[in-house]
Amino acid sequence: MTHPPSRIAVEPALVVRDLRVRRGTRDVLRGVSFDVAPGTIAALMGTSGAGKSTILRAVAALEPFDSGSIEVGAATLNAGPTPPESRLRDLRARVGMVFQSHALFEHLTALENVTLAPIHVHGWPAERANARARELLDALGVGARSGAHPRQLSGGEMQRVAIARVLALDPMVLLMDEPTSALDPARRGALAATLRRLADDGRALVVATHDVEFARATADRVAALAEGCIVEKGRAADVLVSPAHPATRELLRAHAVAS
Amino acid sequence: MNTNTAPQRAPVVSRSITRLALTAQISGGGLEGRRFPHLSRPVLILCGLTFIALAGCHPHPARADHHVLRWGGDAEGGAPFVEADPADPSRVRGFDVEIAGMIAHGLGREPRFVQVAWSSIEASVERGDFDIGLSGVEDRPELRERHAVSIPYYEFHEVLAVRRADSARFRTLADLRGHRVGTLGATGAYRILVDEGARDGVIPISYDDDVHPYADLVAGRLDAVLLDDIIAQRSLRREGGFVIQPTPVATGHYVAVFARADSLLRDSANAVLRARMADGSLKRTFEAWHVWTDAEARYFTGVVSRPVASAAAPSASPSSVVAYLPGLLRAALITLVLSCLAMALAVATGLALAAGRVYGRPIVAGACAVYVEVVRGTPVLLQLFVLYYGLSGVVRLPAFAAAVLGLGLNYAAYESEIYRGALLAVARAQLEAARTLGLSELQIFRLIRGPQALRLALAPMTNDFVALLKDSSLVSVITVVELTKQTAIYATNVGSWVVPGALCGVVYLAFSLPLARVAGYLERRWRIA
Repeated sequence: MTHPPSRIAVEPALVVRDLRVRRGTRDVLRGVSFDVAPGTIAALMGTSGAGKSTILRAVAALEPFDSGSIEVGAATLNAGPTPPESRLRDLRARVGMVFQSHALFEHLTALENVTLAPIHVHGWPAERANARARELLDALGVGARSGAHPRQLSGGEMQRVAIARVLALDPMVLLMDEPTSALDPARRGALAATLRRLADDGRALVVATHDVEFARATADRVAALAEGCIVEKGRAADVLVSPAHPATRELLRAHAVAS
Repeated sequence: MNTNTAPQRAPVVSRSITRLALTAQISGGGLEGRRFPHLSRPVLILCGLTFIALAGCHPHPARADHHVLRWGGDAEGGAPFVEADPADPSRVRGFDVEIAGMIAHGLGREPRFVQVAWSSIEASVERGDFDIGLSGVEDRPELRERHAVSIPYYEFHEVLAVRRADSARFRTLADLRGHRVGTLGATGAYRILVDEGARDGVIPISYDDDVHPYADLVAGRLDAVLLDDIIAQRSLRREGGFVIQPTPVATGHYVAVFARADSLLRDSANAVLRARMADGSLKRTFEAWHVWTDAEARYFTGVVSRPVASAAAPSASPSSVVAYLPGLLRAALITLVLSCLAMALAVATGLALAAGRVYGRPIVAGACAVYVEVVRGTPVLLQLFVLYYGLSGVVRLPAFAAAVLGLGLNYAAYESEIYRGALLAVARAQLEAARTLGLSELQIFRLIRGPQALRLALAPMTNDFVALLKDSSLVSVITVVELTKQTAIYATNVGSWVVPGALCGVVYLAFSLPLARVAGYLERRWRIA
């Protein structure tokens, strides 16, 4: 898969149109639309319960939605129940997700976590999968931990193994749910650099976060969510410096108080 | 136990002795009547004092009632021995009931029935649960070695029952080489079959009751049944479908059994029995129950005219442990193989049930849940009976297969709950991560969920296997002789549970301890993960 080297997008990698999700009597998402171009880091911002995670889960085809559509390249997800896995192959190949809890397979080593999908989904020979996995783990600075089990890893190490696991499949869209929640400030800076490198390779990154500092340092674009709606979106430099919507201002104010 | 029995037995003796004089006079001056007059006075005084001293602190009010003669029998044995009275199921009737009444009244006491499993009569009477065991108890040398035993009050014959079509083919045990012959376990008939089995190649099959051998004979699971003629005739009347060979295989006698120390009570009971034999009341009882024959009449005449043999001093014969070892080892092997097969079935079925509940559509999950609840909510003993006897009209399972199936399907319910819990314990995020990586449901199960659930399930599974190992002793009810049953047979033969019990326990531990160690090792190995 090749990506245009430029960060100026010709065609968006991810298109979300009028996404609506209703759970029981609650409207979780009320018509969310946005695009993410290749080479871009987009931050979905908002307080907990604003709907950030639901958007990521819908894009990853982990949760059905009631109306709207999601397009990732040629793969399209429509409203209604989640289709069977056999019809999600294209989407799975294009979208990778890093969970907040990292969700590493606890019975496998770091290396095995990374090689599992290449071997069992894409049928790579073990040597090739191992070589690629070592390369990724080395690049992310956890090459020395490749034989360790998840329980033996620190939070930051687990996150980097989880990123390597997703990158092994070379997705064009990378979703990350609250990536800074378990990181100290030094590691946050390193993560920001890593994400920039991934974006520079031509990937579209969607990061759900409430960490304003991190978003300011990392994101190109920001969408501010409140009560299931995008209340404000635009360049990170604009939205996070001079917010127009009260909800965004509230978010920034809360952050300023906290820090 | 001694402090319990002494105050209660002593008055029994005294009372029976005072009564004896009377009995002896009535029956024209029996031998017993002249044997103890010099004893009765001191014994009476001693007993009276003991009784007064201890009456206030007696732990068991019923036991202090010396107007009562407690006799133990098994109402499950049924008529004509002892059965629940159809007119009033709280009462029992049968010839043994009447004989118990004769003895009690002969001793000036009221009979009180104590229900006890037939195979436990001897152990119970020795423990002091009751004074007399009387329920078709067979006379045999070991019985006399270990307990006080009455004169035989009935002579019976061990007879062969075969299917009508086989009546010409199977006339004697020797004709049954290589064939399955059933009987009630721990009886004289069973011992004959085991001896014949060793000599003539008859395959003895032990049952826990005397009804199912005949049902299995008719159903074709057995080729013959060897049991007392009374039982054979009763089954013939009730069920039919077989014939009884006219030539008896052996002759035996029913006796009443007493605790070894109770020979005085035994002697007085003997006097009563003789008197009833002589006066014809015993005969009338047997006639009323349709078990009086000409042969019985000749036997009675012999007993009444025979002088009383002095009670042989009981002597415990040391039994060789070595002689029982091959049998125990074979039974241990059966227990082990049975448990392993049943566990394999339980694991496979349990996995299917758990998968059905976790992954299945609501109707499948519901059906699996119903299975689990029904199987867990009813006794495994009942399930074994239904499987082996209840379904024999539809499918005639061999006993071993029924045992594996019964235990396996029962434990499957418990296993499935373990697996279900273990499957649900694997973090949902991992399953979702696996989905986003493109793994199929089957791959997720095989590569992610299954392996982690297995690690979680290991400890409770080990637990269950050890429990299954012990529960496998239940299958003796469907004629499989496994370790515990073999130990019980051995213990009955040697008259003690000490050595057989210890041996049996050692074998069970030898099976279960290494298992726990292996499980512990695997757990430690996997824990670093």
